[in-house]
Amino acid sequence: MPNNTPSKTGWGIVPLVTIALLLGPVTAGMIGTILPAFGGLRPGGGGGFSLQAWREVAATPGLGTSAWLSLKTGLISTFGAIFISLLLVAGWHGTRAFRAVEQALSPLLAVPHVTAALGLAFLMAPSGWLARLGSPWATGWQRPPDLLILQDPGGWSLIAGLIAKETPFLLLMMLAALPQARPAERLQVALAAGYGRVTGWIFAVFPNVYAQLRLPVYAVLAYGISNVDVALVLGPSTPSMLSVQILRWMSDPDLALRAPAAAAALLQLGLVIIGLALWRLAEAACGTIGRRLLWRGIRGANRRDDLARGIGLTLSIAAALAVIGGLVGHLLWSFAGRWRFPDALPESLRLRTWARHGQEIIDVSAGTLALAFAAALIALVLVIGCLEAEHRRGRVMGRGGLLVLYMPLILPQITFLPGLQILLLQTGASMGWLPVLIAHLVFVLPYVFLSLAGPYRAWDARYATLGAALNASPDRVLWQLRLPMLLGSVLTALAVGMAVSVGQFLPTLLASGGRLPTLTTEALAIASGGDRRAIGAWAAALTLAALMPFVIAVLLPRVTYRNRRGVLDG
Amino acid sequence: MKKLALAASLALAAPAAADPNPADWPAVLAEAKGQTVYWNAWGGSTTTNDFIAWIGSRVAEDYGVTLEHVKLTDTADAVSRVVAEQAAGTDEGGAVDMIWINGANFAAMKDADLLFGPYAAALPNWQFVDTEGKSVEVDFTVPTEGFESPWAMAQVVFIHDSETVPEPPKSAEALKAWIAANPGRFTYPQPPDFLGTTFLKQMLVELVEDPGLLQSPANDSYDEVTAPLWNWLDEVTPALWRSGKAYPQTGPRQLQLINDGEVDLAISFSPGEATAAIANDQLPESARTYVLDGGTIGNASYVAIPYNANAKAGAMVVANFLLSPEAQLRAQTPDILGYGTVLAMDKLDAADRAAFDTLELGIATLSPAELGTALPEPHPSWMTRIQADWAERFGVAK
Amino acid sequence: MADTGLQLRDVRIATGGRRLIDGLSAHVLPGDVLSVMGPSGTGKSTLLAAITGTLQPAFTLTGEIFLNGRDLRPLRPQHRDVGILFQDHLLFPHLSVSENLAFGLHPKTKDRKTRIAEALADIDLAEFADRDPATLSGGQRARVALMRMLLAAPKALLLDEPFSRLDAALRDKMREMVFTRARDLGLPVLMVTHDLADADAAGGQVIELG
Repeated sequence: MPNNTPSKTGWGIVPLVTIALLLGPVTAGMIGTILPAFGGLRPGGGGGFSLQAWREVAATPGLGTSAWLSLKTGLISTFGAIFISLLLVAGWHGTRAFRAVEQALSPLLAVPHVTAALGLAFLMAPSGWLARLGSPWATGWQRPPDLLILQDPGGWSLIAGLIAKETPFLLLMMLAALPQARPAERLQVALAAGYGRVTGWIFAVFPNVYAQLRLPVYAVLAYGISNVDVALVLGPSTPSMLSVQILRWMSDPDLALRAPAAAAALLQLGLVIIGLALWRLAEAACGTIGRRLLWRGIRGANRRDDLARGIGLTLSIAAALAVIGGLVGHLLWSFAGRWRFPDALPESLRLRTWARHGQEIIDVSAGTLALAFAAALIALVLVIGCLEAEHRRGRVMGRGGLLVLYMPLILPQITFLPGLQILLLQTGASMGWLPVLIAHLVFVLPYVFLSLAGPYRAWDARYATLGAALNASPDRVLWQLRLPMLLGSVLTALAVGMAVSVGQFLPTLLASGGRLPTLTTEALAIASGGDRRAIGAWAAALTLAALMPFVIAVLLPRVTYRNRRGVLDG
Repeated sequence: MKKLALAASLALAAPAAADPNPADWPAVLAEAKGQTVYWNAWGGSTTTNDFIAWIGSRVAEDYGVTLEHVKLTDTADAVSRVVAEQAAGTDEGGAVDMIWINGANFAAMKDADLLFGPYAAALPNWQFVDTEGKSVEVDFTVPTEGFESPWAMAQVVFIHDSETVPEPPKSAEALKAWIAANPGRFTYPQPPDFLGTTFLKQMLVELVEDPGLLQSPANDSYDEVTAPLWNWLDEVTPALWRSGKAYPQTGPRQLQLINDGEVDLAISFSPGEATAAIANDQLPESARTYVLDGGTIGNASYVAIPYNANAKAGAMVVANFLLSPEAQLRAQTPDILGYGTVLAMDKLDAADRAAFDTLELGIATLSPAELGTALPEPHPSWMTRIQADWAERFGVAK
Repeated sequence: MADTGLQLRDVRIATGGRRLIDGLSAHVLPGDVLSVMGPSGTGKSTLLAAITGTLQPAFTLTGEIFLNGRDLRPLRPQHRDVGILFQDHLLFPHLSVSENLAFGLHPKTKDRKTRIAEALADIDLAEFADRDPATLSGGQRARVALMRMLLAAPKALLLDEPFSRLDAALRDKMREMVFTRARDLGLPVLMVTHDLADADAAGGQVIELG
């Protein structure tokens, strides 16, 4: 077919460029990590196979605890986030309460992990806001109690933080997967057969939803096992997560410690693989148990159903409140004068913190947003190119393509980014914003793709047929029909991309040599000093920068198409 | 053949020829004009950040040098950046022009030939530096040899809330008793944070029989010498804040803990920090500082220039400006930074000296007489071993 | 003339070893209507896609498709001069009613505004030029969709169950309107439908699929 030869029109090259952009840095980074772990790339030359690095890792105090902590944190937090979002969707999908919670949770997706973690830390600390609100009238505390809540050696505060932050993500992913599972019809059947709402949903709808949810869940699991930014704020330090230990080795002035860092980075990868394997086993076990329950005729109706629905709603509201409360806390601290325990509110409100940091925050915000916009725009162009090539070829991307897309999200950042830094240095590309842009693209691209692919593919192809019948070329159909009709989705994808870029910590730090301050790197630098006012101001600015593109993505189509109801409803 | 040899020698000489000569200061000034200097300095303190921003505006005004503060969470980040650049063969145009450095980081960089210099003694303002009274040419027992230039004096002080703790413990033994009587109300930053490490050093100096041993590298006697420290820690740890299962990750975080009422004491390496923090609402107005009866450790903060820095001339101009009476006076002003000066008062002219003399030290800052003479830092090898041992004994909560 | 109108010669469409259309031949003369009937899943829409040139690569097509003596198969969809109407009318939701009409009008057309105003008056929607298509009734949408297609000056018209979404009274009116205009313009019409009444109203040949 003449219209199905994308190579002629140049579209065929876009997927190749995109794959190269995704896999190139990842592959190079892996090589840069594997070599030093086995005795290569030694400082001052020399080389040859050696297991010395592994021996050093093995001798680290608390290594086993670190590794176990990482696994445990990832598995439990992922399970918790799925559990909450599943109970909420199963018990409440289609109700008004669900709408309200969904609307409260969706913007939280854009809140960078760092600010959510910092906000949560302020809420939950024994001297934090919750304790202040209840003291001394309810608790009798004139001074904060010596309770080990934050950074507990068991990692539970980290797990709670991850659950609060990942629940909105999994919830929205679940909703995106929902239409193909025809939830309304299936639930109807299940209810008619006497099942409770939640049980019926889990048996009749969830298996289909989960099939599509699998890769996002794996990404959440891998992040939970290997993240650095949340672990720095909420994670334990006696000992710390393995990822934090790796970062410590990586930034030690002692060159020789890069080798154990590289080895530990591979160990970290191993942990992620073990985590994924355990998860798959659990998936299979759940399937078997589910079938067995089905045979036994468990219905889960009435009181059990009410209980499950109640838990789902309560926990998801708690997750939303935790993040929102933290954000309000940031704002309040940024304006706070003297504010001592157990006062529920500051003694006075002042503009001093903003006067002090305002100019710098504006400068850094401008740079951060410019970088985010550039990365998201490039990603958007490539993604539209890929999806359009797919459309013109008439072939949807296969499983392999999806795996390539998820590669940077599942492979731990702390495993391949250090190796990437060496590569950047060796090509002389160590300075300036370009390497940072490329490093950001690796993580922005998948999210932009995942955000846009659904609506792009769901667009009614009969419009394209109609356009051709009206003598419009495929390019004209793209520019004048498809993209304008998908304006909302395109802008949302751009906003998702910008939010992802704004939140990047390790890629910014490692690819810029610290020369490109962004709101996230600055916020974490400030956070190490513990000045709650400064943290509040930077965290508030960081959140605003991540949310603003979404506000624009929601408002712009409403203004542009205020008189075109069909686009907004569709 | 001859041509080839000439080309080879030119090629070898080229990088060296590109480096500015510190002795030719007018040439340094000329080269520095228009350069951008990336000063990699710890960014966790608002007051320090403001001071560095002020330095930036002054050197831009006077010398046309643009100063960018690269805010680090850990000084080691900048060191490892230079290390990585060297490993990758980036011997010119590196990302780091200047590092706020001392102690182990300096020793490591000097050892690995990663520093430009010597340049410190060639700086015009070096003439004012107090090289006799202050330990500015030996950094943690390692001779600086001009590879770093001092800019501030620091000495350990302890911060206490005079309302809740009117009579703070002024020795290791008194502190132990106080912790036992007030469980959960004392902690220290977690090593390897430098203030946490400093706390261990300070206790070690207090507890060893002969502190002089610490001036030479640690040797076979290490276990015996450090045993009192471990015993001391074993006794106090169960009564520490969070029972020693969590620690503040940095020094300034202790201020927040005092302000929140979680702990009553904190260690600081900056005699003026408490005064500045009170002014910023970060500490209660009743906060005060004190030193131990047996004295406290002191050291200097330095700036060093990596061997592959892109703007060496600009960095030297900044280092020189940091030594100017103007910058030193500002650094010592309590509500700005409150750092001790590295200058010798008798080397200054009368007007500058008067400015220092009339400086109000601030409500929580001790006078030089109250601070007393700083005790010397132990040799870095002690710290390396103590850090590792601490991680093994206390870094994994039981 | 033997080569005017829409000619299908031994058209076969298969996918993955399954034969959807197996040797279909037909000749629709200008002004005539060919009704293709059959239950869903028998490849009616696939046949239309083969004619418009938007068949997915998973399908293989053999046979010949000629329009007024011109072989359509080597041509890109936008060069085939084949118009199509769908059951959902598919007005472009982001364009006003008049912009919808203007979309198919050849760029070199003179007096575009006048042409569109006339066309709107022609379908009794003169006041609706700036309206949001979403605010139109079903019958109004159907008329705009038809007029939009005709303004693109197609040389044949394909109908994909075009009346099934309209209520009974409107359906008769629209059938009448579409078939009359196609006949007046001398367009060969190929209609796929599962509604026998459609075929009856068209009054031309009927082919049963499946």
